[in-house]
Amino acid sequence: MLKQRPFLIETLTAIGLIVAPFVLPHLGFAPNTVNRILVWGLFGLGFDILFGFTGLLSFGQSAFYGTGGFVAAYLLTRAGFGNVLGALIIGTIAAAATGYLIGLIALRRTGIYFAMITVAIAEVFFFVEFNPLSDFTGGENGLPGVPTPSFNLGFTTLHFTNGWSLYQFIALCYFIGVVIALRIVRSPVGAILSAIRDNPLRATAVGHNIHGYKLTAFVIAAAYAGFAGGLLGVLQAFMPPDAFTFDTSGQLVMQTAIGGRGTLFGPLVGATVWLFLQDFLQSALGLGAAWKLVLGVVFVLLVCFLRGGIIGGLADLYRLVSGGRQQTDAELEQAAADDAEATPQLAPAPMQAKAVEHPAYSGPILKASGLTKRYGGLVANSDIDFSVNQGELRGIIGPNGAGKSTFFKMLTCEIPPTSGQIVFEGRDITGLKVTEVCQLGLTKSYQVNQLFTGLTVRQNLTIAALAELRGKFRLDLFRTLAGVKGLTEQVEHTLALVNLTRRADTPVSELAYGEKRRLEIGLALATSPRLLLLDEPLAGMSPRERVETVKLLKSIARGRTMIIIDHDMDSLFELVERVTVLQEGKVLVTGTPEEIKTNAAVQEAYLGGVHGEIAA
Amino acid sequence: MISWPNLVSQLFNGLALGALLALISSGLTIIYGTLGVLNLAHGAMFMIGGYAGFVTYQYTESFILAVIAGSLFVMLLGVVMERVIIRHFYHRPHEDQLLVTFGLGICFVELVRLLFSSQSQIVPPPALFQGITNLGFMFYPTYRLAVVGIVAVALGALFIILYRTRLGMIVRAGIEDSVMVDSLGINVYRVFMIVFGIGAMAAGFAGIVNAPVVSLTPGIGDDILVQTFVVVVIGGVGSFPGAILGGLIAGEIISVTSMFNPGYAYVMLFAAMTLVLVVRPHGLLGVQGRE
Repeated sequence: MLKQRPFLIETLTAIGLIVAPFVLPHLGFAPNTVNRILVWGLFGLGFDILFGFTGLLSFGQSAFYGTGGFVAAYLLTRAGFGNVLGALIIGTIAAAATGYLIGLIALRRTGIYFAMITVAIAEVFFFVEFNPLSDFTGGENGLPGVPTPSFNLGFTTLHFTNGWSLYQFIALCYFIGVVIALRIVRSPVGAILSAIRDNPLRATAVGHNIHGYKLTAFVIAAAYAGFAGGLLGVLQAFMPPDAFTFDTSGQLVMQTAIGGRGTLFGPLVGATVWLFLQDFLQSALGLGAAWKLVLGVVFVLLVCFLRGGIIGGLADLYRLVSGGRQQTDAELEQAAADDAEATPQLAPAPMQAKAVEHPAYSGPILKASGLTKRYGGLVANSDIDFSVNQGELRGIIGPNGAGKSTFFKMLTCEIPPTSGQIVFEGRDITGLKVTEVCQLGLTKSYQVNQLFTGLTVRQNLTIAALAELRGKFRLDLFRTLAGVKGLTEQVEHTLALVNLTRRADTPVSELAYGEKRRLEIGLALATSPRLLLLDEPLAGMSPRERVETVKLLKSIARGRTMIIIDHDMDSLFELVERVTVLQEGKVLVTGTPEEIKTNAAVQEAYLGGVHGEIAA
Repeated sequence: MISWPNLVSQLFNGLALGALLALISSGLTIIYGTLGVLNLAHGAMFMIGGYAGFVTYQYTESFILAVIAGSLFVMLLGVVMERVIIRHFYHRPHEDQLLVTFGLGICFVELVRLLFSSQSQIVPPPALFQGITNLGFMFYPTYRLAVVGIVAVALGALFIILYRTRLGMIVRAGIEDSVMVDSLGINVYRVFMIVFGIGAMAAGFAGIVNAPVVSLTPGIGDDILVQTFVVVVIGGVGSFPGAILGGLIAGEIISVTSMFNPGYAYVMLFAAMTLVLVVRPHGLLGVQGRE
C-alpha cells in the first residue's frame, strides 16, 4: 500500500518535525527534552537497522556513541577545530571505523555470543575512556565547552544556539538520518538484511555473503551512533563521560523494544515514552528514584505481551479494525484462485539457467570421486564415485539412512567431505563455501523447508534472485529494488513457474504446506542454477500436488541438469533418465529406471531379500 | 615497585576472584546449556544473594545462616522467575529472551535500590576467618583465603550434582540435545525449573560469600555479569569445566593487570577473549554446534 506513495513516510516525517515546536510545548515538553528525544531517535535509527532489520541484538552501542561524541567534542574543544558539522562528520567516520574493527571480532559468532561480546566491548571502551585516554576525554569530568553550530551563508550567519533554535539543526539532522535509513532499508542490501534475520542459513545458501552484510549493518549502526553521540555534546555544550556507560546501551535497547523494533521510528517513540515518563514519574508523581523500576516493569510487560512494541501494537490494532474488509478480499481471491485452477492456463516459458562462463567445457557437469564423510566412528558416505552429464536428469534413491542427504550437503559444500573431491564443470569446488558454489550455478532445495518465514512469497524470491543478479556481496545501499535490472522479471517468472503468482504478497507463514514446498523449489530456481539438486521435493505432498510438482520439475528441467532425491519411486522413475541407488553410504548401482526396477540387489536393499519385482 | 610478595598477593587475589567467577559462570553456563536461555539477570541474582544474606545477618548475626538464607532465597527467586516468565520464552527468539531477562535484571536492581538505597552495606566476615594469616613469606587476609576454600567446596558440590547424580545426567544430556531428552519421556520442563534454580543459587551463593570482601551496592552485579560473559566466551558456552578454567584465567588476568594499572584490566581481559575467539571460536573447552 505504501509502495504506491513512495515519499509518504519522508513527507510525514518532515511535517511532524515542522509541526512539533508548535504542538509539543502544550503537552509539557521542554525544547531540551525534544532535542534529547531526537538524539536518541537518531541513535536508534542505526540500531534498529542492526537489531530490528538484521536481528543482531547488540548491547554495546555505547562504545560507538561515546567514540563519535568524544572525537567530535575533542576536535571542537581541545583541538580548536571550528566547524561543528565537520567535527560531527569526523566523529561519525571515527565511530564507523571503530565499528568495522569491532564488528570483525564480534561477528565471528552469532546469537547470544554476539550479545555477550558486545557487552564486553562496551565495558572495555568505558574503562579505556576513563583511564588510559583520560588526557583526551577529560576522564570523569568529560569535555566541557562544546560549541553550537553556525553557518555563514555570506549574506547572513545562521546560528543555532539552544532550545528551539538548536532544535532546527537537530531536526534537520534527524530528517536526513531518516531519509538515509529508509533508502538503506528499501535497497537490495536492506532486503538481504531482513533475510539474514529470518533465516541466515538459507540467505547463505542462495548465494549471499552474509558476513559482509552483517558487518555492513554493524558499521551503519556505529555511524549513526557516532553522529548521535556528537550531537549529544553539541546539545549539552558538554560531552558527558556517561555516554560510554553500559546504561546508555541498555537504555537504547529498551527504548527500541518499547517503541517497536524493525520500524525505524520505534526508538524515537520509545525515547519519547522514556523521557516523558521519567519526568512525569519523578516530578508529577514524586516517585523519585523509583521511576526506573516502573519503566523496567513496563518494559518487561511489553516484551512479554506486545512483542512489536507500541508501533507494532498500533499496527496490530489497525489490522484488527480494518480486518473485516480484508477477510472478504481474501475470500474473493480464494474464489478467483479456485476458478483459475479449474481452467487450464498457459504454461510459463521455461527459465534459462545462468550463462556458462566457459562454454567450451563439455565433460560431465558434476564429478565426485572418492567422496567420504565420517562423523566420529559413523561413516555416512564412503568412497562415492558419482558423475552426471550436462542436461541429465538423475534420480537418487535409497533406504532411510543411506546417506542421501549427507551426499547432497557435500555436493553443495554445506559440509566439507572427510576425503574425496568434487568437480563442477571441470572446476574443483572441494572446500569452497556454499555461497560461492551457489554463485557458480549449483544449488539445492532443502528436504525440510528453509524459507524466510517473516517475508512474503515475492520477497522470498527477491532475496534469491538478488544473489543471482548482484553477486554475493555488493554495497548498493542507495539503489531501490526496482533499480536492479531484471529483478522484477526474474521474480515474476519464478512466481509463474512455481504457480504462486496469486499468492505473491502472502506472508510465508500463511501458506499451505504444498505451496511452501513449491516456494522452496522456487528459491533454488530463482538463483538460475545450471545444476539443481532437489532433496525430496515431493515429500509430504498430496497425490494431486505430486502430479503438479512433477509437471513443474519437468518444465524446469529444460536447459539445466537436475539431481533429485525422492522416496516416491513412481513419480521419480517417470521423471528421470537414470537412477543411482545408495545403500549404507555407498553406491549400490546406477542405471535406467527399467534396470533399477528389476535389479535384484536393489530389491534386496529395499525389501530385505524378498525376490520379486518391485510393484512399480 | 613490583615485589614478590606483592605479586603473590595479587595471584591469590586472582585466585579468589577467579574461583568466584568460576562459580557464577557455572550457574550461567548450565542454565544456558540446558535451557538455551542466556540469563542477563544473572548479575542481579549475584547482587540479591548478597542482600538477602545481609538482611539475614542483620537479624541473626550468623554468617552461616546468612549464606544459607541468601542462597535459598535466590534459588527460590530463580524457580519463580522460571515458572512465571522464562518458560513462556523457550519458543521465542533469542533476542526476546535477552530482552526479558535484561528487563528483569533492571527491575531487581531498582527494587533493591528502592529498599536499601544506593548506599553501600557491609557484611563482616565470620569470626572464624577474621584477621590476617601469616603465610610465612607474606600476610594475607584470612577471609580471602577462606573464600577460595568455600567456593571450591561449592564447585565440588556442583560437580557432584552434575556428574554423579541422575539429575546431573539428565542436565548434561539436555545440554547435548534437549529434544531427545524430552522424547525419552523425561519431563524436561521440570528439569529446566530445577536447573534454573540451581544456576541462580550458584550466583546467589557467590554473592553472599563475596559480600565481606567488598561492600554491597545495588549495582554490584553489573560488572560481575560482564566478567562472567568473558569467562563463558573464553571457556566455551555450556561447558562446566570451561567455566572453571575461564574463571581462573579471567580472575588472574584482572588481578595481575590491576597490579600495574587497573585501567587496563578490562582491556587485557578483552584481548584474551579476542585471542580465544580467533584461535578457538567455540571457547577453550566448548563444543562446536551449540550456539
